[in-house]
Amino acid sequence: MAETAPPILRLEGVRKSYNVGTPIEVEILHGIDLALAASEFAALIGPSGSGKSTLLHIIGLLERPTVGRILIQGRDIGALDEAGITELRGRTLGFIFQFHHLLPEFTALENVMMPTLIEVGRYDQTMRDRARWLLARVGLADAVDKRPSALSGGMQQRVAIARALAMKPPLVLADEPTGNLDSHTADEIFALMREFNRQEGAAFLIVTHDPRLAARCDRRVELIDGQLRRAQTP
Amino acid sequence: MRFEWVLALRFLREGRMQTALIMAGTTVGVAVIIFITALVNGLQASLASRTLSTQAHITVRAADEAPSPVLDRGQGEVAARVEPRVQRLRSIDQWERVFRELSDLPHVVHVSPLAAGSGFAYRGNASKSVALMGVEPERYNRIVGVADKLTAGSYRVGPGEALIGVELARDLGAAVGDRIRVRSSENREDVFRVTGLFDLGVKDLNRRWVIVPLRSAQTMLDLPGGVTHIDLTVDDIFAAETVARRIASQTGLTAESWMAINTQLLTAFNNQTMTTRTVRAFLVLIVALGIASVLVVSVVQKQREIGILRAMGASPRRIMQVFLIQGGLVGGVGAALGSGLATLMVYGAAFVLRQDDGSPLLSGAIELEVYLTAAAVALVTGLLAAVAPARRAARMDPVEAIRYG
Ligand SMILES: Nc1ncnc2c1ncn2[C@@H]1O[C@H](COP(=O)(O)OP(=O)(O)OP(=O)(O)O)[C@@H](O)[C@H]1O
Ligand SMILES: [Mg+2]
Repeated sequence: MAETAPPILRLEGVRKSYNVGTPIEVEILHGIDLALAASEFAALIGPSGSGKSTLLHIIGLLERPTVGRILIQGRDIGALDEAGITELRGRTLGFIFQFHHLLPEFTALENVMMPTLIEVGRYDQTMRDRARWLLARVGLADAVDKRPSALSGGMQQRVAIARALAMKPPLVLADEPTGNLDSHTADEIFALMREFNRQEGAAFLIVTHDPRLAARCDRRVELIDGQLRRAQTP
Repeated sequence: MRFEWVLALRFLREGRMQTALIMAGTTVGVAVIIFITALVNGLQASLASRTLSTQAHITVRAADEAPSPVLDRGQGEVAARVEPRVQRLRSIDQWERVFRELSDLPHVVHVSPLAAGSGFAYRGNASKSVALMGVEPERYNRIVGVADKLTAGSYRVGPGEALIGVELARDLGAAVGDRIRVRSSENREDVFRVTGLFDLGVKDLNRRWVIVPLRSAQTMLDLPGGVTHIDLTVDDIFAAETVARRIASQTGLTAESWMAINTQLLTAFNNQTMTTRTVRAFLVLIVALGIASVLVVSVVQKQREIGILRAMGASPRRIMQVFLIQGGLVGGVGAALGSGLATLMVYGAAFVLRQDDGSPLLSGAIELEVYLTAAAVALVTGLLAAVAPARRAARMDPVEAIRYG
């Protein structure tokens, strides 16, 4: 299925250097070619410092590559200006981070509505219904009006997952979403992402250090010293 | 409510202590700005109206005769010292025409003719030097409200009747109903029955003024049908000098405003105004720094949140607006609360500050203009103070915030 569907994401010869033009210039990514099919559920693995987060930020349009092309749903983002990129990011990408990054001033429900609020401009019933439904799906129907500080780490990460899915993005990027959770909670979070992948058809690219979880993905992409190699199927 | 407002309001609400403190600071700043403005305006108005209770706003008289330079014949040079001529009593040419002309001028409210000169008043063997004031009583009372300042008798200046000051009455031993004899500088005499005693609050005037009918004064001062002065009031006392200049250039007569006569008072006013302006400028600066510092701290504290908001599709411009709105809100709410506080403070000051006669020194009212100016200044200050923090927030790199969260 992953082979036949049109790619949601395509990277062509992506390189990333920091401190370009200075004596401490350093290239972190050395020419990445990668395609991700719609609805694909992939793990991005690799040793610490290999450039996984950097790659995820580039795919997430938070950073521009030094060299190379990025196509999202077939559109070359090199042609877009800052405003276009910001808009595309809001509409097509969902983010889940190791540190949930929920807004402490807002309730769980408000946090989940936030991406839609940014897109639409003001609150409406549709986004409220969607947010409630998502929170119910992650098992937090009773916590909608709680602030993040009143939730456990696992619950916070579940709110973050609900938030990432608020806009029904075709691609969700997760950077060690279970990194600071115990293994039982990590399993639950992972199962939730899998469920959303199956039911909403969102593609996932998940950075993880946990081989057990990586093994449960459709595909494993391994990054070593800034270069990709396809991991062997176990 | 728009996204930017949702965030701005929530950030302020959740900033609790910081928000409360900076709002309090802005409120006090605005209140003090309004208060000192109202206080100084009030004090100046009060002092000016006291000064003007015995003076016309503008007095018009015949042009001074030009002083003739004293020539030092030995050197053939013009000496530095120029002797002013002794001015005779001179009436205003065709004063009725001038009077009508002045009445029609913009800003001029009341106009009153005056034939004034000096003389002596006698009763028994007491004699006192006096100023003879020939007036049309109705008109004159609108310029200097003598009727309200009578301590005895009534405001009646018919033929053969005179009003005198309380000091002169004591000096002459005269009471209401008594007759006094007045001789002018032109050596003409008349007898007047005293119909009222006034207290203008100025000893010198109470001792010297004798208010008589215009016609009597014209006869005694040898000014048949003429007047020496025309007194005016204007609608804005601080515009008197401008109006006086216009009158002088239009009529060729000498027109002196109360402001030109009371230069010391005016200098004091100007210095006061300048001092309050400086104090106000510093207060605005302090309020601006306060708002800016709170917002800068808030931007730093919310680094991660700003990063994640950017990642979720919020543009730098909208992030900037979130902080500009906060600055504007602090300024705006501070202006509203400060106006309320200032109203109380001015009311209190009006209650406490009294003139020597016990009447309030201030009206206790603040002009709408003062409120509006302060509100506008606070709002603009809040917005401007927020510019730097807002730009900083907008420039924040989301990756930095997320990576090192
Ligand atoms: N702004 C930067 N300037 C210079 N070097 C950077 C910058 N950001 C990241 N790096 C370097 O790039 C390399 C890759 O970092 P990255 O965070 O992508 O690795 P990672 O695979 O996510 O590691 P981890 O598993 O520990 O999260 C690291 O050596 C890091 O020090
Ligand atoms: Mg990383």
